[in-house]
Amino acid sequence: MLTAEERREIEIKLADYPNKQAMSIESMLIVQRHRGWVSDESLGDLSELLGLSVADLDGVATFYNLIRRRPVGRHVAMVCDSVSCWIMGGERIRDRLCSRLDTTLGETTADGRFTLLPIVCLGACDHAPAMMIDGKLYEDLDEQRLDEVVARYK
Amino acid sequence: MPTLVSHPDEVKIISRRFGAGAADIEKYLELDGYKAVQMAIEKGAEWVINEMKISGLRGRGGAGFPTGLKWSFVPKQSEKPKYVLVNGDESEPGTCKDHVIFLHDPHSVIEGTMIAGLAIGAKMGFIYLRGEYRYLLKVVEKAVADAYAKGFLGKNIFGKEGVDFDIVTQTGAGAYEVGEESALMESLEGKRGVPRIKPPFPAVVGLYGGPTVINNAETIASAPHILLMGGEAYAKVGSERNGGTRLFGISGHVERPGVYELPMGYNLKKAIYEVAGGVKGGRKLKAVVPGGSSCPVLKADELDVGLDFDQMGKAGTMLGSGGIVVLDETVSIVEFALRTIKFYQHESCGWCIPCREGTDWLKKTLTRFYNGYGNKKDIANIQYLAENMMGRTFCPLGDAAAMPTLGFIKKFREEFEEYLEGHRTEKALITTEEMIGAAH
Repeated sequence: MLTAEERREIEIKLADYPNKQAMSIESMLIVQRHRGWVSDESLGDLSELLGLSVADLDGVATFYNLIRRRPVGRHVAMVCDSVSCWIMGGERIRDRLCSRLDTTLGETTADGRFTLLPIVCLGACDHAPAMMIDGKLYEDLDEQRLDEVVARYK
Repeated sequence: MPTLVSHPDEVKIISRRFGAGAADIEKYLELDGYKAVQMAIEKGAEWVINEMKISGLRGRGGAGFPTGLKWSFVPKQSEKPKYVLVNGDESEPGTCKDHVIFLHDPHSVIEGTMIAGLAIGAKMGFIYLRGEYRYLLKVVEKAVADAYAKGFLGKNIFGKEGVDFDIVTQTGAGAYEVGEESALMESLEGKRGVPRIKPPFPAVVGLYGGPTVINNAETIASAPHILLMGGEAYAKVGSERNGGTRLFGISGHVERPGVYELPMGYNLKKAIYEVAGGVKGGRKLKAVVPGGSSCPVLKADELDVGLDFDQMGKAGTMLGSGGIVVLDETVSIVEFALRTIKFYQHESCGWCIPCREGTDWLKKTLTRFYNGYGNKKDIANIQYLAENMMGRTFCPLGDAAAMPTLGFIKKFREEFEEYLEGHRTEKALITTEEMIGAAH
Protein backbone atom coordinates (compact mmCIF):
# COMPACT_ATOMS: atom_id res chain seq x y z
CA MET A 1 0.00 0.00 0.00
CA LEU A 2 1.14 3.49 -0.76
CA THR A 3 1.62 5.55 2.37
CA ALA A 4 -0.49 8.65 2.91
CA GLU A 5 2.64 10.76 2.34
CA GLU A 6 3.47 9.06 -0.99
CA ARG A 7 -0.10 9.43 -2.15
CA ARG A 8 -0.15 13.08 -1.13
CA GLU A 9 3.11 13.86 -2.99
CA ILE A 10 1.83 12.15 -6.12
CA GLU A 11 -1.48 13.99 -6.00
CA ILE A 12 0.22 17.39 -5.59
CA LYS A 13 2.37 16.70 -8.65
CA LEU A 14 -0.59 15.38 -10.65
CA ALA A 15 -2.11 18.85 -10.58
CA ASP A 16 0.84 20.13 -12.67
CA TYR A 17 0.83 17.30 -15.18
CA PRO A 18 -1.34 17.22 -18.29
CA ASN A 19 -2.58 13.70 -17.58
CA LYS A 20 -2.04 10.70 -15.33
CA GLN A 21 0.19 8.81 -17.72
CA ALA A 22 2.67 11.69 -17.78
CA MET A 23 3.11 11.04 -14.04
CA SER A 24 4.38 7.48 -14.50
CA ILE A 25 8.08 8.32 -14.12
CA GLU A 26 7.62 10.89 -11.39
CA SER A 27 5.29 8.69 -9.35
CA MET A 28 7.81 5.85 -9.34
CA LEU A 29 10.56 8.27 -8.36
CA ILE A 30 8.40 9.45 -5.45
CA VAL A 31 7.90 5.89 -4.21
CA GLN A 32 11.61 5.25 -4.68
CA ARG A 33 12.58 8.30 -2.62
CA HIS A 34 10.63 6.83 0.28
CA ARG A 35 11.55 3.17 -0.09
CA GLY A 36 14.75 3.10 -2.11
CA TRP A 37 13.19 1.01 -4.87
CA VAL A 38 9.93 0.16 -6.62
CA SER A 39 8.49 -3.24 -5.69
CA ASP A 40 5.92 -5.30 -7.60
CA GLU A 41 3.43 -4.32 -4.93
CA SER A 42 4.15 -0.62 -5.44
CA LEU A 43 3.71 -1.04 -9.20
CA GLY A 44 0.30 -2.53 -8.53
CA ASP A 45 -0.63 0.37 -6.25
CA LEU A 46 0.52 2.95 -8.78
CA SER A 47 -1.29 1.10 -11.53
CA GLU A 48 -4.54 1.54 -9.63
CA LEU A 49 -3.86 5.15 -8.74
CA LEU A 50 -2.88 6.23 -12.25
CA GLY A 51 -5.15 3.94 -14.25
CA LEU A 52 -2.20 2.45 -16.15
CA SER A 53 -1.40 -1.21 -16.61
CA VAL A 54 1.32 -2.78 -14.51
CA ALA A 55 3.03 -3.84 -17.74
CA ASP A 56 3.16 -0.26 -18.97
CA LEU A 57 4.60 0.92 -15.68
CA ASP A 58 7.15 -1.88 -15.56
CA GLY A 59 8.11 -1.07 -19.15
CA VAL A 60 8.85 2.49 -18.09
CA ALA A 61 10.60 1.36 -14.88
CA THR A 62 12.98 -0.93 -16.73
CA PHE A 63 13.71 1.59 -19.47
CA TYR A 64 15.19 4.26 -17.23
CA ASN A 65 18.52 3.79 -15.46
CA LEU A 66 17.50 5.51 -12.26
CA ILE A 67 14.35 3.55 -11.46
CA ARG A 68 15.30 0.55 -9.38
CA ARG A 69 13.30 -2.66 -9.31
CA ARG A 70 15.46 -4.36 -6.67
CA PRO A 71 16.00 -3.39 -3.03
CA VAL A 72 19.01 -1.23 -2.26
CA GLY A 73 21.04 -0.28 0.78
CA ARG A 74 20.55 2.85 2.87
CA HIS A 75 22.66 4.81 0.41
CA VAL A 76 23.18 4.40 -3.31
CA ALA A 77 26.54 5.40 -4.79
CA MET A 78 26.73 5.68 -8.56
CA VAL A 79 30.16 5.85 -10.13
CA CYS A 80 30.48 7.46 -13.55
CA ASP A 81 32.10 5.12 -16.06
CA SER A 82 32.02 7.23 -19.22
CA VAL A 83 35.03 8.40 -21.16
CA SER A 84 36.07 11.63 -19.42
CA CYS A 85 35.88 10.08 -15.97
CA TRP A 86 37.62 6.95 -17.19
CA ILE A 87 40.66 8.76 -18.60
CA MET A 88 40.87 10.84 -15.42
CA GLY A 89 41.12 7.82 -13.14
CA GLY A 90 37.51 6.75 -12.67
CA GLU A 91 38.53 3.12 -12.38
CA ARG A 92 40.81 3.89 -9.47
CA ILE A 93 37.93 5.56 -7.69
CA ARG A 94 35.62 2.65 -8.47
CA ASP A 95 38.14 0.07 -7.23
CA ARG A 96 38.84 2.02 -4.06
CA LEU A 97 35.14 2.32 -3.34
CA CYS A 98 34.57 -1.39 -3.92
CA SER A 99 37.49 -2.44 -1.73
CA ARG A 100 36.68 0.01 1.07
CA LEU A 101 33.10 -1.19 1.22
CA ASP A 102 34.05 -4.78 0.46
CA THR A 103 31.52 -5.21 -2.31
CA THR A 104 31.25 -4.89 -6.09
CA LEU A 105 29.25 -2.84 -8.54
CA GLY A 106 25.64 -3.98 -8.67
CA GLU A 107 25.78 -5.25 -5.08
CA THR A 108 24.85 -4.07 -1.61
CA THR A 109 27.19 -4.20 1.39
CA ALA A 110 26.49 -6.93 3.93
CA ASP A 111 25.44 -4.34 6.53
CA GLY A 112 22.97 -2.76 4.10
CA ARG A 113 24.81 0.57 4.19
CA PHE A 114 25.65 1.06 0.52
CA THR A 115 24.59 -0.16 -2.89
CA LEU A 116 27.16 0.51 -5.61
CA LEU A 117 26.12 1.03 -9.20
CA PRO A 118 27.83 2.19 -12.36
CA ILE A 119 26.23 5.14 -14.11
CA VAL A 120 26.68 6.58 -17.57
CA CYS A 121 27.89 10.16 -17.84
CA LEU A 122 26.88 12.47 -14.97
CA GLY A 123 27.62 15.61 -17.00
CA ALA A 124 30.51 16.54 -14.72
CA CYS A 125 33.21 15.83 -17.31
CA ASP A 126 35.24 18.94 -16.52
CA HIS A 127 35.41 17.84 -12.88
CA ALA A 128 36.18 14.17 -13.46
CA PRO A 129 36.19 11.69 -11.90
CA ALA A 130 32.71 12.07 -10.49
CA MET A 131 30.14 10.05 -8.59
CA MET A 132 26.73 10.59 -7.12
CA ILE A 133 25.52 9.48 -3.70
CA ASP A 134 21.78 9.66 -2.99
CA GLY A 135 21.40 12.24 -5.75
CA LYS A 136 24.25 14.46 -4.55
CA LEU A 137 27.09 15.02 -7.00
CA TYR A 138 30.73 14.66 -5.92
CA GLU A 139 33.40 15.87 -8.32
CA ASP A 140 37.19 16.04 -8.66
CA LEU A 141 37.55 12.84 -6.67
CA ASP A 142 40.80 11.35 -5.55
CA GLU A 143 41.29 8.55 -3.04
CA GLN A 144 41.45 10.87 -0.05
CA ARG A 145 38.36 12.87 -0.99
CA LEU A 146 36.49 9.66 -1.77
CA ASP A 147 37.23 8.35 1.72
CA GLU A 148 36.06 11.59 3.29
CA VAL A 149 32.84 11.60 1.29
CA VAL A 150 32.00 7.96 1.96
CA ALA A 151 32.55 8.44 5.70
CA ARG A 152 29.71 10.98 5.76
CA TYR A 153 27.16 8.28 4.93
CA LYS A 154 26.43 6.01 7.88
CA MET B 1 29.23 24.14 -6.44
CA PRO B 2 32.16 23.71 -8.83
CA THR B 3 34.41 26.68 -9.31
CA LEU B 4 33.94 28.73 -12.44
CA VAL B 5 36.87 29.08 -14.80
CA SER B 6 37.70 32.07 -16.90
CA HIS B 7 39.99 33.12 -19.75
CA PRO B 8 40.56 36.51 -21.44
CA ASP B 9 39.59 35.15 -24.86
CA GLU B 10 36.10 34.37 -23.67
CA VAL B 11 33.21 36.47 -24.94
CA LYS B 12 30.66 36.33 -22.17
CA ILE B 13 27.15 36.50 -23.51
CA ILE B 14 25.34 33.43 -22.19
CA SER B 15 27.69 33.21 -19.23
CA ARG B 16 27.71 36.89 -18.33
CA ARG B 17 25.55 36.34 -15.25
CA PHE B 18 27.37 33.18 -14.09
CA GLY B 19 28.65 33.59 -10.57
CA ALA B 20 26.62 36.79 -10.06
CA GLY B 21 23.84 35.19 -8.05
CA ALA B 22 21.35 35.51 -10.92
CA ALA B 23 19.39 32.45 -9.80
CA ASP B 24 17.81 35.06 -7.53
CA ILE B 25 15.11 36.84 -9.49
CA GLU B 26 15.96 40.30 -8.10
CA LYS B 27 19.57 39.94 -9.20
CA TYR B 28 18.42 38.66 -12.58
CA LEU B 29 16.19 41.71 -13.00
CA GLU B 30 19.09 43.99 -12.07
CA LEU B 31 21.14 42.38 -14.85
CA ASP B 32 18.64 43.15 -17.65
CA GLY B 33 16.48 40.15 -16.81
CA TYR B 34 13.03 39.80 -18.41
CA LYS B 35 13.64 42.84 -20.61
CA ALA B 36 14.00 40.76 -23.79
CA VAL B 37 10.69 38.97 -23.34
CA GLN B 38 8.90 42.28 -22.83
CA MET B 39 10.49 43.55 -26.06
CA ALA B 40 9.25 40.39 -27.74
CA ILE B 41 5.69 40.95 -26.48
CA GLU B 42 5.80 44.53 -27.71
CA LYS B 43 7.33 43.91 -31.13
CA GLY B 44 5.65 40.63 -31.96
CA ALA B 45 6.43 37.15 -33.21
CA GLU B 46 7.61 38.14 -36.67
CA TRP B 47 10.24 40.48 -35.25
CA VAL B 48 11.48 37.77 -32.86
CA ILE B 49 11.82 35.14 -35.57
CA ASN B 50 13.54 37.62 -37.85
CA GLU B 51 16.08 38.60 -35.18
CA MET B 52 16.74 34.93 -34.47
CA LYS B 53 17.28 34.26 -38.17
CA ILE B 54 19.66 37.22 -38.51
CA SER B 55 21.58 36.09 -35.41
CA GLY B 56 22.70 32.94 -37.17
CA LEU B 57 22.08 30.95 -33.98
CA ARG B 58 22.25 27.23 -34.67
CA GLY B 59 21.01 24.50 -32.32
CA ARG B 60 23.44 23.94 -29.48
CA GLY B 61 22.32 20.38 -28.83
CA GLY B 62 24.55 19.16 -31.60
CA ALA B 63 22.65 19.13 -34.87
CA GLY B 64 23.28 22.83 -35.57
CA PHE B 65 19.92 23.52 -37.16
CA PRO B 66 19.17 27.26 -37.52
CA THR B 67 16.92 28.19 -34.60
CA GLY B 68 15.00 31.01 -36.30
CA LEU B 69 14.14 28.72 -39.18
CA LYS B 70 13.00 25.97 -36.80
CA TRP B 71 10.66 28.42 -35.06
CA SER B 72 9.26 29.59 -38.40
CA PHE B 73 8.22 26.03 -39.34
CA VAL B 74 5.49 25.89 -36.71
CA PRO B 75 2.10 26.43 -38.35
CA LYS B 76 0.44 29.70 -37.34
CA GLN B 77 -2.99 28.11 -36.99
CA SER B 78 -3.42 24.97 -34.96
CA GLU B 79 -6.42 23.27 -33.43
CA LYS B 80 -4.23 21.65 -30.80
CA PRO B 81 -2.22 23.65 -28.29
CA LYS B 82 1.36 24.43 -29.26
CA TYR B 83 4.29 23.80 -26.95
CA VAL B 84 7.87 24.82 -26.33
CA LEU B 85 10.05 22.07 -25.00
CA VAL B 86 13.43 22.74 -23.46
CA ASN B 87 15.80 19.82 -23.78
CA GLY B 88 17.85 19.65 -20.61
CA ASP B 89 18.73 16.01 -21.11
CA GLU B 90 22.42 16.77 -21.57
CA SER B 91 23.80 13.22 -21.67
CA GLU B 92 26.46 12.95 -24.34
CA PRO B 93 29.71 11.96 -22.62
CA GLY B 94 32.06 14.94 -22.59
CA THR B 95 29.20 17.44 -22.49
CA CYS B 96 28.95 19.47 -19.32
CA LYS B 97 27.58 22.90 -20.24
CA ASP B 98 23.78 23.00 -19.84
CA HIS B 99 23.76 22.20 -16.15
CA VAL B 100 25.92 25.28 -15.57
CA ILE B 101 23.21 27.44 -17.14
CA PHE B 102 20.48 25.88 -15.00
CA LEU B 103 22.61 26.35 -11.91
CA HIS B 104 23.77 29.92 -12.46
CA ASP B 105 21.14 31.49 -14.68
CA PRO B 106 17.88 29.51 -14.60
CA HIS B 107 15.81 32.60 -15.40
CA SER B 108 17.53 32.92 -18.78
CA VAL B 109 16.11 29.49 -19.66
CA ILE B 110 12.66 30.56 -18.46
CA GLU B 111 12.84 33.84 -20.36
CA GLY B 112 14.08 32.07 -23.50
CA THR B 113 11.23 29.58 -23.25
CA MET B 114 8.73 32.45 -23.08
CA ILE B 115 10.34 34.13 -26.10
CA ALA B 116 10.14 30.91 -28.11
CA GLY B 117 6.53 30.58 -27.01
CA LEU B 118 5.68 34.07 -28.21
CA ALA B 119 7.43 33.39 -31.51
CA ILE B 120 5.42 30.27 -32.29
CA GLY B 121 2.18 31.19 -30.56
CA ALA B 122 2.46 28.69 -27.70
CA LYS B 123 1.09 29.32 -24.25
CA MET B 124 2.90 26.55 -22.51
CA GLY B 125 6.48 25.43 -22.11
CA PHE B 126 8.07 22.36 -20.58
CA ILE B 127 11.55 22.32 -19.13
CA TYR B 128 12.88 18.77 -19.06
CA LEU B 129 15.87 17.96 -16.90
CA ARG B 130 17.59 14.61 -17.09
CA GLY B 131 17.14 12.40 -14.04
CA GLU B 132 20.78 12.78 -13.02
CA TYR B 133 20.19 16.55 -12.79
CA ARG B 134 17.50 16.18 -10.17
CA TYR B 135 19.71 18.24 -7.86
CA LEU B 136 19.09 21.21 -10.17
CA LEU B 137 15.33 20.83 -10.04
CA LYS B 138 14.93 22.87 -6.87
CA VAL B 139 16.91 25.74 -8.45
CA VAL B 140 14.74 25.71 -11.57
CA GLU B 141 11.48 25.16 -9.69
CA LYS B 142 12.26 28.08 -7.40
CA ALA B 143 13.02 30.29 -10.40
CA VAL B 144 9.72 29.30 -12.03
CA ALA B 145 7.81 29.95 -8.79
CA ASP B 146 9.48 33.36 -8.40
CA ALA B 147 8.56 34.26 -11.99
CA TYR B 148 4.93 33.31 -11.28
CA ALA B 149 4.95 35.38 -8.09
CA LYS B 150 6.12 38.42 -10.06
CA GLY B 151 3.37 37.95 -12.66
CA PHE B 152 5.87 37.09 -15.39
CA LEU B 153 4.26 33.68 -15.83
CA GLY B 154 0.60 32.73 -15.72
CA LYS B 155 -2.29 34.79 -17.05
CA ASN B 156 -1.91 38.33 -18.42
CA ILE B 157 1.85 38.32 -17.96
CA PHE B 158 3.57 41.66 -17.37
CA GLY B 159 0.06 43.04 -16.99
CA LYS B 160 -0.68 42.49 -20.68
CA GLU B 161 -4.27 41.46 -21.23
CA GLY B 162 -4.58 38.13 -23.04
CA VAL B 163 -0.88 37.26 -22.93
CA ASP B 164 -0.56 33.97 -21.06
CA PHE B 165 2.34 31.63 -20.55
CA ASP B 166 2.84 28.67 -18.26
CA ILE B 167 5.93 26.59 -17.57
CA VAL B 168 6.07 23.09 -16.12
CA THR B 169 9.33 21.41 -15.09
CA GLN B 170 9.72 17.66 -15.38
CA THR B 171 12.64 15.32 -14.90
CA GLY B 172 13.48 12.04 -16.54
CA ALA B 173 15.01 9.07 -14.83
CA GLY B 174 18.24 8.47 -16.71
CA ALA B 175 18.28 7.66 -20.43
CA TYR B 176 20.62 9.08 -23.07
CA GLU B 177 18.10 8.24 -25.79
CA VAL B 178 15.69 10.78 -24.33
CA GLY B 179 17.95 13.57 -25.60
CA GLU B 180 16.56 12.76 -29.06
CA GLU B 181 13.63 15.11 -29.58
CA SER B 182 10.88 12.61 -30.31
CA ALA B 183 12.02 10.26 -27.53
CA LEU B 184 12.02 13.29 -25.23
CA MET B 185 8.35 13.86 -26.01
CA GLU B 186 7.58 10.20 -25.28
CA SER B 187 9.34 10.54 -21.94
CA LEU B 188 7.42 13.71 -21.09
CA GLU B 189 4.22 11.85 -21.83
CA GLY B 190 5.29 9.20 -19.31
CA LYS B 191 6.32 6.48 -21.73
CA ARG B 192 9.46 4.53 -22.55
CA GLY B 193 11.82 6.94 -24.25
CA VAL B 194 11.89 5.51 -27.74
CA PRO B 195 11.92 7.70 -30.85
CA ARG B 196 8.89 8.36 -33.02
CA ILE B 197 8.71 7.81 -36.75
CA LYS B 198 9.22 11.04 -38.71
CA PRO B 199 7.40 12.57 -40.51
CA PRO B 200 5.33 14.03 -39.04
CA PHE B 201 7.94 16.30 -37.53
CA PRO B 202 7.43 17.79 -34.06
CA ALA B 203 6.77 21.25 -35.51
CA VAL B 204 3.55 19.79 -36.94
CA VAL B 205 2.67 16.89 -34.61
CA GLY B 206 4.66 16.95 -31.39
CA LEU B 207 3.99 16.77 -27.68
CA TYR B 208 0.44 15.52 -26.98
CA GLY B 209 -0.13 15.84 -30.71
CA GLY B 210 0.36 19.60 -30.74
CA PRO B 211 2.92 21.54 -32.81
CA THR B 212 6.08 21.64 -30.73
CA VAL B 213 9.40 23.41 -30.86
CA ILE B 214 12.18 21.54 -29.10
CA ASN B 215 15.39 23.36 -28.34
CA ASN B 216 18.48 22.58 -26.35
CA ALA B 217 18.73 24.51 -23.06
CA GLU B 218 21.71 26.57 -24.27
CA THR B 219 19.90 27.49 -27.49
CA ILE B 220 16.90 28.68 -25.48
CA ALA B 221 19.08 30.58 -23.00
CA SER B 222 20.74 32.39 -25.92
CA ALA B 223 17.45 33.87 -27.15
CA PRO B 224 17.07 36.68 -24.56
CA HIS B 225 20.66 37.81 -25.15
CA ILE B 226 20.11 37.87 -28.91
CA LEU B 227 17.06 40.08 -28.60
CA LEU B 228 18.86 42.40 -26.16
CA MET B 229 21.96 42.90 -28.29
CA GLY B 230 20.24 42.50 -31.65
CA GLY B 231 20.58 39.62 -34.08
CA GLU B 232 23.14 41.41 -36.20
CA ALA B 233 25.52 42.20 -33.34
CA TYR B 234 25.22 38.61 -32.12
CA ALA B 235 25.98 37.18 -35.56
CA LYS B 236 29.12 39.34 -35.81
CA VAL B 237 30.63 37.72 -32.73
CA GLY B 238 30.78 34.36 -34.47
CA SER B 239 32.03 33.08 -37.81
CA GLU B 240 30.38 32.83 -41.20
CA ARG B 241 26.93 31.16 -40.98
CA ASN B 242 27.68 30.40 -37.31
CA GLY B 243 26.42 33.27 -35.20
CA GLY B 244 27.46 34.11 -31.68
CA THR B 245 29.24 32.17 -29.00
CA ARG B 246 28.77 28.83 -27.38
CA LEU B 247 29.73 27.11 -24.18
CA PHE B 248 32.52 24.59 -24.62
CA GLY B 249 33.14 22.01 -21.95
CA ILE B 250 36.80 21.08 -22.06
CA SER B 251 37.63 17.91 -20.15
CA GLY B 252 40.23 15.17 -19.99
CA HIS B 253 43.96 15.73 -19.87
CA VAL B 254 44.20 19.52 -19.76
CA GLU B 255 45.58 21.81 -17.09
CA ARG B 256 42.41 23.88 -16.64
CA PRO B 257 39.32 21.84 -17.51
CA GLY B 258 36.05 23.72 -17.41
CA VAL B 259 33.22 25.37 -19.29
CA TYR B 260 34.32 28.34 -21.41
CA GLU B 261 32.25 30.61 -23.62
CA LEU B 262 34.10 31.14 -26.87
CA PRO B 263 33.07 32.76 -30.14
CA MET B 264 31.97 30.34 -32.84
CA GLY B 265 34.91 29.63 -35.12
CA TYR B 266 37.50 29.92 -32.32
CA ASN B 267 40.56 27.83 -33.07
CA LEU B 268 40.44 24.37 -31.45
CA LYS B 269 44.18 24.24 -30.86
CA LYS B 270 44.07 27.57 -29.04
CA ALA B 271 41.09 26.40 -27.01
CA ILE B 272 43.13 23.45 -25.77
CA TYR B 273 46.59 25.00 -25.41
CA GLU B 274 45.72 28.53 -24.32
CA VAL B 275 42.21 28.59 -22.90
CA ALA B 276 42.42 25.23 -21.12
CA GLY B 277 46.13 25.61 -20.37
CA GLY B 278 47.51 22.81 -22.53
CA VAL B 279 48.03 19.13 -21.86
CA LYS B 280 48.17 18.16 -18.21
CA GLY B 281 51.60 17.59 -16.77
CA GLY B 282 53.30 18.63 -20.01
CA ARG B 283 52.60 15.27 -21.59
CA LYS B 284 52.07 14.83 -25.31
CA LEU B 285 48.63 15.19 -26.82
CA LYS B 286 47.45 12.10 -28.63
CA ALA B 287 43.92 12.80 -29.79
CA VAL B 288 40.89 15.02 -29.29
CA VAL B 289 37.22 14.07 -29.38
CA PRO B 290 35.93 17.50 -30.27
CA GLY B 291 32.18 17.65 -29.65
CA GLY B 292 30.98 14.90 -27.35
CA SER B 293 31.76 11.21 -27.64
CA SER B 294 29.82 10.68 -30.88
CA CYS B 295 32.19 12.92 -32.89
CA PRO B 296 34.98 11.33 -34.93
CA VAL B 297 38.37 11.77 -33.29
CA LEU B 298 41.02 14.26 -34.43
CA LYS B 299 44.75 13.56 -34.27
CA ALA B 300 47.27 15.93 -32.72
CA ASP B 301 48.20 17.40 -36.11
CA GLU B 302 44.57 18.09 -37.09
CA LEU B 303 43.69 20.64 -34.44
CA ASP B 304 44.26 23.84 -36.39
CA VAL B 305 40.56 24.19 -37.17
CA GLY B 306 37.79 26.63 -36.26
CA LEU B 307 35.15 25.51 -33.78
CA ASP B 308 32.00 25.95 -35.81
CA PHE B 309 29.57 23.57 -37.48
CA ASP B 310 30.93 24.06 -41.00
CA GLN B 311 34.67 24.08 -40.33
CA MET B 312 34.42 21.00 -38.11
CA GLY B 313 32.37 19.28 -40.80
CA LYS B 314 35.08 20.03 -43.34
CA ALA B 315 37.65 18.57 -40.96
CA GLY B 316 35.71 15.30 -41.09
CA THR B 317 34.19 15.54 -37.65
CA MET B 318 31.46 17.52 -35.87
CA LEU B 319 31.05 20.43 -33.49
CA GLY B 320 28.36 18.36 -31.76
CA SER B 321 27.43 19.37 -28.24
CA GLY B 322 30.61 21.33 -27.52
CA GLY B 323 32.22 18.75 -25.28
CA ILE B 324 35.93 18.68 -26.06
CA VAL B 325 37.69 15.64 -24.59
CA VAL B 326 41.49 15.77 -24.68
CA LEU B 327 43.45 12.51 -24.62
CA ASP B 328 47.14 12.42 -23.79
CA GLU B 329 49.69 9.86 -24.97
CA THR B 330 48.89 7.43 -22.15
CA VAL B 331 45.40 6.62 -23.45
CA SER B 332 44.87 3.42 -25.43
CA ILE B 333 42.66 4.27 -28.40
CA VAL B 334 41.37 0.70 -28.58
CA GLU B 335 40.23 0.90 -24.98
CA PHE B 336 38.80 4.38 -25.52
CA ALA B 337 36.84 3.07 -28.51
CA LEU B 338 35.53 0.22 -26.40
CA ARG B 339 34.55 2.58 -23.57
CA THR B 340 32.74 4.78 -26.07
CA ILE B 341 30.79 1.93 -27.65
CA LYS B 342 29.99 0.48 -24.23
CA PHE B 343 28.08 3.69 -23.50
CA TYR B 344 26.06 3.60 -26.72
CA GLN B 345 25.35 -0.11 -26.38
CA HIS B 346 24.01 0.43 -22.90
CA GLU B 347 21.98 3.48 -23.88
CA SER B 348 20.55 2.15 -27.15
CA CYS B 349 16.82 2.11 -26.55
CA GLY B 350 16.44 -1.20 -28.39
CA TRP B 351 13.65 0.08 -30.61
CA CYS B 352 15.34 -0.58 -33.95
CA ILE B 353 17.55 -3.47 -34.88
CA PRO B 354 20.57 -1.87 -36.59
CA CYS B 355 21.29 0.13 -33.43
CA ARG B 356 20.37 -2.47 -30.82
CA GLU B 357 22.24 -5.31 -32.50
CA GLY B 358 24.90 -3.14 -34.08
CA THR B 359 26.05 -1.53 -30.85
CA ASP B 360 25.97 -4.90 -29.11
CA TRP B 361 28.11 -6.61 -31.73
CA LEU B 362 30.46 -3.68 -31.88
CA LYS B 363 30.92 -3.95 -28.14
CA LYS B 364 31.41 -7.72 -28.27
CA THR B 365 33.89 -7.52 -31.11
CA LEU B 366 35.82 -4.65 -29.56
CA THR B 367 35.88 -6.41 -26.18
CA ARG B 368 37.27 -9.59 -27.75
CA PHE B 369 39.74 -7.47 -29.63
CA TYR B 370 40.77 -5.54 -26.54
CA ASN B 371 41.21 -8.73 -24.57
CA GLY B 372 43.71 -9.99 -27.08
CA TYR B 373 41.58 -12.51 -28.93
CA GLY B 374 41.00 -10.45 -32.04
CA ASN B 375 41.74 -11.88 -35.45
CA LYS B 376 42.65 -10.26 -38.73
CA LYS B 377 39.06 -10.05 -39.91
CA ASP B 378 37.93 -8.15 -36.85
CA ILE B 379 39.00 -4.70 -37.99
CA ALA B 380 37.06 -5.17 -41.22
CA ASN B 381 34.16 -6.65 -39.26
CA ILE B 382 33.97 -3.63 -36.99
CA GLN B 383 34.01 -1.31 -40.00
CA TYR B 384 31.38 -3.37 -41.80
CA LEU B 385 29.08 -3.31 -38.78
CA ALA B 386 29.50 0.41 -38.21
CA GLU B 387 28.98 1.28 -41.87
CA ASN B 388 25.78 -0.76 -41.91
CA MET B 389 24.38 1.11 -38.93
CA MET B 390 24.92 4.53 -40.45
CA GLY B 391 21.70 6.12 -41.66
CA ARG B 392 19.67 2.96 -41.03
CA THR B 393 18.23 3.73 -37.62
CA PHE B 394 15.14 5.61 -36.44
CA CYS B 395 17.19 8.20 -34.64
CA PRO B 396 20.80 9.40 -34.67
CA LEU B 397 21.93 7.12 -31.81
CA GLY B 398 23.05 4.49 -34.30
CA ASP B 399 25.13 7.05 -36.15
CA ALA B 400 26.44 8.40 -32.86
CA ALA B 401 27.85 4.96 -32.09
CA ALA B 402 29.10 4.15 -35.58
CA MET B 403 30.80 7.45 -36.43
CA PRO B 404 33.37 7.58 -33.63
CA THR B 405 34.14 3.87 -34.07
CA LEU B 406 34.91 4.36 -37.74
CA GLY B 407 36.95 7.44 -36.85
CA PHE B 408 39.10 5.58 -34.33
CA ILE B 409 39.93 2.88 -36.87
CA LYS B 410 40.57 5.34 -39.66
CA LYS B 411 42.89 7.54 -37.61
CA PHE B 412 44.55 4.97 -35.37
CA ARG B 413 44.48 1.80 -37.44
CA GLU B 414 48.03 0.91 -36.43
CA GLU B 415 46.98 0.76 -32.78
CA PHE B 416 44.21 -1.67 -33.64
CA GLU B 417 46.71 -3.74 -35.63
CA GLU B 418 49.07 -3.86 -32.65
CA TYR B 419 46.35 -5.67 -30.74
CA LEU B 420 46.45 -8.46 -33.30
CA GLU B 421 50.10 -9.27 -32.66
CA GLY B 422 49.39 -11.56 -29.74
CA HIS B 423 48.54 -8.57 -27.57
CA ARG B 424 47.44 -9.52 -24.09
CA THR B 425 46.09 -6.92 -21.74
CA GLU B 426 46.99 -7.07 -18.09
CA LYS B 427 43.86 -5.22 -17.14
CA ALA B 428 40.70 -6.98 -16.13
CA LEU B 429 38.06 -7.73 -18.71
CA ILE B 430 35.20 -5.34 -19.01
CA THR B 431 32.54 -7.78 -18.03
CA THR B 432 28.86 -7.90 -18.71
CA GLU B 433 28.33 -7.91 -14.93
CA GLU B 434 29.04 -4.20 -14.91
CA MET B 435 26.26 -3.70 -17.39
CA ILE B 436 23.89 -5.87 -15.37
CA GLY B 437 24.67 -3.66 -12.40
CA ALA B 438 23.48 -0.64 -14.33
CA ALA B 439 20.09 -2.25 -14.91
CA HIS B 440 19.81 -2.99 -11.21
